Amino acid sequence: MAVTESNQPHRGAEAKLSPGVFLARPFAFIGEKVINWINVLGTATIFLCMALWKTFRPKQFSKVVHQVYYIGASSTTIIILVSLFTGMVLGLQSYHALSQFGAVGGLGALVSLSLIRELGPVLTAIMITARAGSAITAEVGIQRISEQIDALHTMRIDPFRYLISPRITASIISFPLLTAVFDFIGIIGGYITGVMLLGLNAGVYSHSILANVDMKDLSDGFIKSIVFAIIVATVCCYQGYFVHMRKDSHGAKAVGLATTSAVVTSCVLVLVSDYVVTSLLLI
Amino acid sequence: MSTTPLIEFKNITKRFGSQIVLDKVNLQIYEGQVTTIIGLSGSGKSVLLKHIIGLLKPDEGAIFFRGKPVSEMKKSEISSSLRQISYMFQGNALFDSLNVYDNIALPLNETTYLKKAEIDRRVMARIEQTELTEAIYRYPSELSGGMQKRVALARALITDPQIVLFDEPTTGQDPVRKNAILSMIAQYQRKFNFTAIMVSHEIPDVYFISNRILALYDKKIVFQGTPEELSNFNHPFNDEVINSLESLQKELTGLYSQRKFKILNHAQLKRGETGEDYCVVVFNISDLDAVIAGLGHDTAQEIIHAMGLYIDKHFGAIGGFSTRRKTNEFVTVLPYSNITEAGKIMNDFVRDFQEQGISDIWKEAQKSAPLDKCIDFAIMAGIAEGQPVAEIDSIIDLAKSQQKEIGRLRCDAKE
Repeated sequence: MAVTESNQPHRGAEAKLSPGVFLARPFAFIGEKVINWINVLGTATIFLCMALWKTFRPKQFSKVVHQVYYIGASSTTIIILVSLFTGMVLGLQSYHALSQFGAVGGLGALVSLSLIRELGPVLTAIMITARAGSAITAEVGIQRISEQIDALHTMRIDPFRYLISPRITASIISFPLLTAVFDFIGIIGGYITGVMLLGLNAGVYSHSILANVDMKDLSDGFIKSIVFAIIVATVCCYQGYFVHMRKDSHGAKAVGLATTSAVVTSCVLVLVSDYVVTSLLLI
Repeated sequence: MSTTPLIEFKNITKRFGSQIVLDKVNLQIYEGQVTTIIGLSGSGKSVLLKHIIGLLKPDEGAIFFRGKPVSEMKKSEISSSLRQISYMFQGNALFDSLNVYDNIALPLNETTYLKKAEIDRRVMARIEQTELTEAIYRYPSELSGGMQKRVALARALITDPQIVLFDEPTTGQDPVRKNAILSMIAQYQRKFNFTAIMVSHEIPDVYFISNRILALYDKKIVFQGTPEELSNFNHPFNDEVINSLESLQKELTGLYSQRKFKILNHAQLKRGETGEDYCVVVFNISDLDAVIAGLGHDTAQEIIHAMGLYIDKHFGAIGGFSTRRKTNEFVTVLPYSNITEAGKIMNDFVRDFQEQGISDIWKEAQKSAPLDKCIDFAIMAGIAEGQPVAEIDSIIDLAKSQQKEIGRLRCDAKE
């Protein structure tokens, strides 16, 4: 490799690039992005493993219970509200679609399977991301920029054990429970529209659910909710914990950007992983 | 003093990107002492402190702990060394979601298996010592800056550490509270005998409590020694850092720094050689420890501050110049006065002081004191005539030997 006298960039350097190097630039850019992405993925995986490992250390139970209350119990109202109207809209749309084929008897099955297999886990994950995930990123991020995490280090308290591990474990506990609430209330929403407002027979609605929903549907839905819990909690905690390493901003602005980034990344990853997990479960 | 430093830096260099923050820094910190690092804002003092606690790693050089390089220590050895160290952050780093009690109890709750009753006993003891009893269930956002500092101090001391690092513990405080915090640190250092390493701008107040001063200038440690040695240190650091901080102190209190005082006194000595007289008066506030114990550090500092202002007001008007030499000691030089004239000036001062001064000082002190409490304290003063060839210290000692009580606050008389 030719070595110039100075390593400093100089005027006209752009012009001296050979066509080969110039054409390779987009590939270098993409390559750099891919390497960075793989790097982040690896770091996040180690981050998750460390957090899960530290769940089983002493003095963790009360912290996990506190986070289950914060992430899970406090989200119940919004989950009930969203699931009720999701079920009602689903019942309304499906009733009119099915009535064209004279198949309104299958409304219960359509509503319940849609909720249990797909909408329940996905919408629950997105709602918790919006409510608790953003709060986790902001809280951990502020603790980072206000040196509270450094203070934990100086007090010989492991920040992973104290801050991250309880949040990820609590998410893994809360997501399936809230998904169950979403499914149940959503089915009631479908019942309100189909039976109480549009006049479908209550027995037909219930029988359709019992005849078509089996254990695999429920377990698949819960597997998805656990996968989403891991993704959302890891992304939100990671973004907050490493907020000081952001290159685009510092301080409060960095916390704001990290929170936005955490919510967007979590939602996108939930939808992408939904497709991947569904494919795997259908094999 | 042990010959092996407790902590030693050898050629430590630290860069953030292309910016060099510490450049081949060498320093020694000895056990049982109060060591203060002084320097301009942004000169890397906090970065230096964070290397000691392991929050930052050096790019080059070696850190030694009790003579052993940290890089060669086992993980368990490093962990046990760091367990002896506490850190008080510049911004306090208190947990917003925890109240005062839980913030202070946090290190014990998370790193020990002590019973709840024992944790409660230790935390309550620290809360009482740092005068936080009324704020025990309040959250950091509900506390004043001074109270937050005290919570951070209580948390730093809760594990009985052997080394405590203070990163600008007086930032954002008013002059009285700054001195109250420094006084509190000095008191705890004597009481618990820990090694204190402090970053501070409070010149000359840090001199009263520090055994050693380290001066960080232009990315290097340019001075290590006692506060007295620093006053004779001939370096641009003195002009750029010490002078600017000292002039600020003069504006706030009316008192000269010890260095300025010595320069002014040197001029007196020259006059003395040509036959002009001058006298030195030394004032002391006695029973200050009892005031601190009974009424707290804030009240004690209000008394010191008010006393300084009163002395400057009285003697500054007739051409005298004063300095604070120790926490509770003031020295005033009365130029162009022989012992007889100075005696008359002092008699006037004592009469005014007894009639008005002591009650004025107590009124100032009551800004911080609980209204129902009072502690007796006395002001002592001694006078000595300056000698042309004698060092100021020997004249001060002579004046101190002549001290007698010139005023006393009597609580029974106030009631």
